[in-house]
Amino acid sequence: MSTILETRGLTRTFGAVVAAKDLNVQIAQGEIVGVIGSNGAGKTTFINMVTGYLPPSSGDILFDGNSVIGRQPRAITRMGMARSFQVAQLFPKLTVMENALVSLVAAEGPRPSFFRPLDTPERRERADAIFAEFGVSRYRDALVSTVPQGARKLVDIAMALVSQPRMLLLDEPTSGVSIEEKFALMDTVMAVVRQHGVTVLFVEHDMEIVARYVTRIMAFYSGEIIADGPPREVLSDARVQELVIGHHLDINALGEAA
Amino acid sequence: MSILKNFSSPTPPALLAAAAVLAAGAWVLPAWLTFLLTLAFAKALVVLGVVIQMRAGLVSFGQALFYCVGGYGAGLGAQYLGLTDAFALLAVGTVAAVAVALVCGFLLTRYREIFYAMLTLALSMILYGVLVKSSALGSTDGFNVAPPSFLGWVPGGVEKKRAIYLLTVLIALGVALAFHRFLESGLGRVTEAVRENEIRVEYLGLSPRWLLFANYVAAAGVSALGGGLTALATGHIDPDMAFWTTSGEFVFIAILGGTGHVVAPFIGAIVFSVIRTFAIQEAPNLWQMTLGIILLALVLFLPKGLWSLVQRRRREIAATSGQPATEASQSPKGISSPISEKGVRA
Repeated sequence: MSTILETRGLTRTFGAVVAAKDLNVQIAQGEIVGVIGSNGAGKTTFINMVTGYLPPSSGDILFDGNSVIGRQPRAITRMGMARSFQVAQLFPKLTVMENALVSLVAAEGPRPSFFRPLDTPERRERADAIFAEFGVSRYRDALVSTVPQGARKLVDIAMALVSQPRMLLLDEPTSGVSIEEKFALMDTVMAVVRQHGVTVLFVEHDMEIVARYVTRIMAFYSGEIIADGPPREVLSDARVQELVIGHHLDINALGEAA
Repeated sequence: MSILKNFSSPTPPALLAAAAVLAAGAWVLPAWLTFLLTLAFAKALVVLGVVIQMRAGLVSFGQALFYCVGGYGAGLGAQYLGLTDAFALLAVGTVAAVAVALVCGFLLTRYREIFYAMLTLALSMILYGVLVKSSALGSTDGFNVAPPSFLGWVPGGVEKKRAIYLLTVLIALGVALAFHRFLESGLGRVTEAVRENEIRVEYLGLSPRWLLFANYVAAAGVSALGGGLTALATGHIDPDMAFWTTSGEFVFIAILGGTGHVVAPFIGAIVFSVIRTFAIQEAPNLWQMTLGIILLALVLFLPKGLWSLVQRRRREIAATSGQPATEASQSPKGISSPISEKGVRA
């Protein structure tokens, strides 16, 4: 498997606080990587640097062999790396369909047409296919602000996938989602990303989710990666259990994809 | 008529019909009324520029900058370039305004909210200050603009005013059709999405700044057309065209008409012109207070402007007939107005 994302000596400081310290990561095409860590461990800082939201203090980030340092988030998106957010970033006063139409227009090119309507039968057809994949068809004509949190998260992820990226970064995809909905949400998302062969890196606090869906875990603590490997290995690591999870974890009680 | 291709709304035929009726009015309506309508439509074009910025979440308190550039462009084209054709004079003003917008846009699109509003105001006041101090351009008095010709035809007397009125109706129609298309287009709708969530637009691979820049330049061009038409209709230009109260008037009309449809600025401009004309006539010392009271009432009772009455009526008709309401009347689909029912941005 070829490397799709690589960071070299990636460091980010906020004054005296070191949020990310000399991170050297390699992620292969097709991997599903979970990023775990307590609050302030540097998980979101890592994702924000990789997607261009935050510039690193030093180090390099290579996506498909090309450095993304100094590039705007939109340029990184166009290179094939999409992301979703901890709080779903949608257009709340638009309908779910309109959100999808805007995403489809954006996926077609960086300069939307002055004359071609946003709403065309072809785009609607594509949007409907996406809604069917994500199981949100029944919300297509509802204002985003009125749909349930779980569906909103799915729409957020669907919008990120509209551009057919090769890598998807998810920041706590199940945060704010009820216990009943979170596995259904992840089942849906993982089925879609596997079908499209998308590499996934996602930040998650819920160890059940992590253990069930990822092929590899990176455990962050105080801006450093203290463990990196298969889920069973990382989650049973004594340091990870002490510093990241905060208690003893019965690995056998968790589901595992790997 | 390729511009009409793929139109999915009743707006273009309605605009064409309205323009035909208004054009016929050139031979029926009294001269004072066609003059009032000429100025109202010219202002509506400037207000359209304000409205497309409002739909993108930005309020320009300095749109008079382009109104003035359009007017002075036409005036200077006649005075110094020897141009007489109305279309050429309007083109000079519009090109000048677009050139100014291409420069100012780089600065302005870095800012949002009150900073954007204040910077637009500052730029228009800089132009005002330059014009006031420029004796070559008539200083505070401005200068007169010679009556134009129309593709070689030089009308006189009543014909001249009628020709300018008809030209204004024609240009207003063309602009309304083009901007109706723009508001439904990918660019127009995505620009409104910037208002909703700039971060998401960026992470969809688009540049919010470029979108706002394109919007700003389009607004400048259409506003300059309004300024040029005003210069031709009144035969005079002066620095007050760039003064902040002029910009305030355009914002007033935008609020009065609403932002929900391309026709709203035209309705707002006509109503505003009528109110102001009668307010000045009936209460010459209190007309500003009259306008102030109307603005207060609007914000309190009709925050989405007069067009919201049309939207409400459409929804009622749609509800009784069981049919979905069309285009912008479907609010709260949400894309049609940045202002909530209570006039407060969420």
